[in-house]
Amino acid sequence: MADMKQLYQEVILDHNRKPRNFGTLDNPSHTAEGLNPLCGDHIFVSLRVRGNTVEDIAFRGEGCAICKASTSMMTTSVKGKTVDEAETKVQEFRDMATGKLDVKRQPNHLGRLAVFEGVKDLPSRVKCAILPWHTLHAALHSVSAVTTENEEEPMKAAGVSI
Amino acid sequence: MNKPSSVLSKKAVTGTLDVARIRSEFPILARLVNGKPLVYLDNAASSQMPQPVIDRLVRYQTQEHANIHRAVHTLSEHATAEYEESRRKAQRFVNARDEHEIIFTRGTTESINLVMQGYGRAFIKAGDEIILTGLEHHSNIVPWQMLCEEKGAKLRVALISDAGEILLDEYQNLFNDRTKFVALSHVSNALGTVNPVGDMILIAHQQNVPVLLDGAQAAPHLRIDVQTLDCDFYAFSGHKICGPTGIGVLYGKRALLEKMQPFQGGGDMILSVTFEKTTYNTVPFKFEAGTPPIAAAIGMGSAMDYLNGIGFERIGAHETELLDYATQQVGSMKGVRIIGTAKHKAAVLSFMIEGVHPHDVGTILNEDGIAIRTGHHCAQPVMRRFGVPATARASFAFYNTFEEVDALIAGIRKVQRMFG
Repeated sequence: MADMKQLYQEVILDHNRKPRNFGTLDNPSHTAEGLNPLCGDHIFVSLRVRGNTVEDIAFRGEGCAICKASTSMMTTSVKGKTVDEAETKVQEFRDMATGKLDVKRQPNHLGRLAVFEGVKDLPSRVKCAILPWHTLHAALHSVSAVTTENEEEPMKAAGVSI
Repeated sequence: MNKPSSVLSKKAVTGTLDVARIRSEFPILARLVNGKPLVYLDNAASSQMPQPVIDRLVRYQTQEHANIHRAVHTLSEHATAEYEESRRKAQRFVNARDEHEIIFTRGTTESINLVMQGYGRAFIKAGDEIILTGLEHHSNIVPWQMLCEEKGAKLRVALISDAGEILLDEYQNLFNDRTKFVALSHVSNALGTVNPVGDMILIAHQQNVPVLLDGAQAAPHLRIDVQTLDCDFYAFSGHKICGPTGIGVLYGKRALLEKMQPFQGGGDMILSVTFEKTTYNTVPFKFEAGTPPIAAAIGMGSAMDYLNGIGFERIGAHETELLDYATQQVGSMKGVRIIGTAKHKAAVLSFMIEGVHPHDVGTILNEDGIAIRTGHHCAQPVMRRFGVPATARASFAFYNTFEEVDALIAGIRKVQRMFG
């Protein structure tokens, strides 16, 4: 059972209170909308990719603390990185949240994002943590809207256009 | 949980219910969750089962089980008698005139779908209108929407006030000569509002329009009397009245049930079958195709005995005290907003903590063993009406204590500290 002190750590509460990169970009090259109808998490992610680098990223929307903090920390962790590095993190975050990647034992690039490891013991909250990553993945693949509904595995959802 | 509040001590003495003794009959209430005593405040989703009902299920499965309405052997005759005895218990539970007016279903949802298919498909036509309220659970919206789509009929919705009360004038104004059916919740699952269904049924009947009541949230708390209410259909579930899942009741006035089409085809719902023609069984059997959940029906009958043994007057009195205490405590907390402040409410406290998503509230309370429901409560139109994506909902049963309300308050304070 996850220890709440582990999941709702100060870093998560802080990003929830003061989300980083909150807002919209002028002239984004990629955007996507993510929706978790179960709890109403609803975010918009916009990126400016130049060459192969995520030059800037921003988000806006509403959601629970897990979703908001995960989105905020995602933006800080992929800003300035290459698209390939961002995609690697998407994959690794997904694997951590679904219990397939043990961040303490297996090599990974998640760094401070490991604070979200506790959601793997809270199946009803996994989608909250994964939604921003799912949305980032969709944006990079130019799918305009994604939802965490109608799927076994959140990351396998087909994009739906709006 | 160890320090009884002064309120608890006072209530334990003056209260009419021996809650400690009642709790000892619910084995699950003694368990720990995350190392803390379980505080179960999700009774509107499903209630817990007392030992006498569990024992009844065990006795049925170990001594009495066979298929019903079929064979001549001892077990089958006994199981049939017990199943039909449960029907009579349900008849008395809602004070129906006639035991043939009681149909066993899988639950409230299936009961409503049965009426939609058996009555709606036969009698609702293109251009007709069906009236609902803004308080309905999805299970009393979606079936009617499906019917409207199929028939080209139209849904009309009675609006609710900021307190979560139906606006009776608006409801009355929805009626016209195209109105052919009304489907209403007796008690709102999301807000706890007890609707003025007596008046609402009267208004509908003045226009000769039949009324279905969704009683899923009323049956656990109120004494139901379908003859006094004069409703045409009444639906509720076994698992919300301390019985098993997979069983529920549809009461229907016999004259209406006789006119309705069968719901599903199969064994038990027929009198004779040839390849040319089938003659349907009489009510209620024409609506009970196939082998029903026999054990669950008998268990539900036992749960009705259990609740009657405590008495709905005492159940209601204790739950009202719990709700009043919780409302007063939560209502006086800074940064907490109660959603649903109707004058007449039953056992439900929906709330929002400022700046905190209900799902975070639910996860953090769960860490202290406190089970509440968070989300839209299958009532998205209600959430939209109050401009919130979701709420946190504590819902009480007669076995809850004032100490448990105190645990909820402490949990809310903890959430506020963490997010402060």
